[in-house]
Amino acid sequence: MTTSVVRTGPVPAYDYKIVRQFTIMSVVWGIVGMGVGVLIAAQLAWPALNDLFQPFTHFGRLRPLHTNAVIFAFGGSVLFATSYYVVQRTCQTPLWGGWLVPFTFWGWQVVIVGAAITLPMGLTSAKEYAELQWPLDILIALIWVAYALVFFGTIAKRRTSHIYVANWFFGAYIITIAVLHIINNLAIPYAPFMAYSMFSGTTDAMIQWWYGHNAVGFFLTAAFLGIMYYFVPKQAGRPVYSYQLSIVHFWALISIYVWAGGHHLHYSALPDWTQSLAMIMSVILLAPSWGGMINGIMTLSGAWHKLRTDPTLRFLVVSLSFYGMSTFEGPMMSIKTVNALSHNTDWTVGHVHSGALGWVAMISIGALYHLVPVLFGRKQMYSVKLINAHFWLATVGTVLYIAAMWVNGITQGLMWRAFNADGTLTYSFVESVIASYPGYVVRFIGGGFFLLGMLLMAYNVFRTVTDKENAAREDNIVPHAQTA
Amino acid sequence: MDILRQIAVVLGAVAFLAVCWWAFSPKRRKRFEEDAKLPFADEELSQRSAEAADDKDTEENSAAVNRGDAGSAPADKNKGQDEK
Repeated sequence: MTTSVVRTGPVPAYDYKIVRQFTIMSVVWGIVGMGVGVLIAAQLAWPALNDLFQPFTHFGRLRPLHTNAVIFAFGGSVLFATSYYVVQRTCQTPLWGGWLVPFTFWGWQVVIVGAAITLPMGLTSAKEYAELQWPLDILIALIWVAYALVFFGTIAKRRTSHIYVANWFFGAYIITIAVLHIINNLAIPYAPFMAYSMFSGTTDAMIQWWYGHNAVGFFLTAAFLGIMYYFVPKQAGRPVYSYQLSIVHFWALISIYVWAGGHHLHYSALPDWTQSLAMIMSVILLAPSWGGMINGIMTLSGAWHKLRTDPTLRFLVVSLSFYGMSTFEGPMMSIKTVNALSHNTDWTVGHVHSGALGWVAMISIGALYHLVPVLFGRKQMYSVKLINAHFWLATVGTVLYIAAMWVNGITQGLMWRAFNADGTLTYSFVESVIASYPGYVVRFIGGGFFLLGMLLMAYNVFRTVTDKENAAREDNIVPHAQTA
Repeated sequence: MDILRQIAVVLGAVAFLAVCWWAFSPKRRKRFEEDAKLPFADEELSQRSAEAADDKDTEENSAAVNRGDAGSAPADKNKGQDEK
């Protein structure tokens, strides 16, 4: 893959083809996944939309398609692109692995298409964020092993003595996701797309949420912190605020996150001490989370003025603000007494999207706007004004979304627990659904804003790749590198 | 069982303090300052790699390459949307 270097030089060129492929597909899958999200948000406000093409467009079938598409198709493509990019640049060597490298790309696309076909057909293992059935699970496991070989093989042949901290986060994410995915999906198949989990009852629930929460902790957090530790310093043009803090951040984060999954099962059949342990570990998690956030934001100290003119940097920094917000909210919601109010309400959905839209998507978008010009030899994106428009659409969309879900969640929680003097429930369930209607409409609008921003991004990326000039009709091609 | 818990708590605390000591000890400070500059050390190689990726796609000189490349990327995009 990486051997045919055209220009001579001391080091063979990096493999940017694979990074380009994953970068382009991130934008495509982002639009698809968020588009499905906006559709199912509309279904909750206007239930008739469930009937577009029954039974395939039922909310229950599209919802896992949405979560899988945004987490694994969009987020996964971003992580493949950025980890392959960062590991090459900080190890100063092209990717190791030969055919394994394109296998991870094409294999991942097959998994995504497979998910888009099987989930609307109702073929699901009914495990949240692990809905795919066993043939696709096996393919994912193979791709993931190939991914690990490529990533660690590249680190093994690095030309630098030190392994940069971003690679530590990417490495932890790759190893942990392999373990989580394989164990949680252990099952006995009995038909081509049907299987029984090897675990049962409370054990199954605990393993599912050990998986589910660490999918958040390692896929959606550790890996995107790897993005933070490379792209924030690069875009700000200065090294990370404290490299020493980044080391403590890494070890503290990965050693605490794995204990927190039980907080998804408060007041369930899970042993009480396990729930309390998960609650305490979740609260402790605030410390490394905020340590990392401060490290990222303080990288800008002395360069704050850049935020005024650079919307890409603004994406990266605002994503860290949302990260700080949602990692404060998460530990708070894991406290049992708070969870008694928030559990099963829209507050949870709002919390997830504060992290998913505000943190994961916005840092991804910032990283992609940084990456595209570099990968395609452009001075900058086609239109910086469109990046700015995207930034405001994304920020306003996220704020509308999470504010609507806070209002809905607290309303639902309070209505469900309201009792009359004689011990009967004050409200029927459907009354809380009616009370949620305005919030559902606002959420649909917020999601629509976010999706619109992604469409602007797709246009901007397209023009950056195809045009030699930028929107102001200036030459946008980077002059040839000075080579020996 | 209780003694195991206590040992685990002590070991966990010691491990955390050891990481902090290792990271913040003054004699490694210089080294980490250098390590933090790692992302800025390879600009020329990166630029060369982007050009090499263009050349590989089309086998032409880099002026024509950008057009050839332009053809392939949107094709990828359309394909993704069709798949959905």
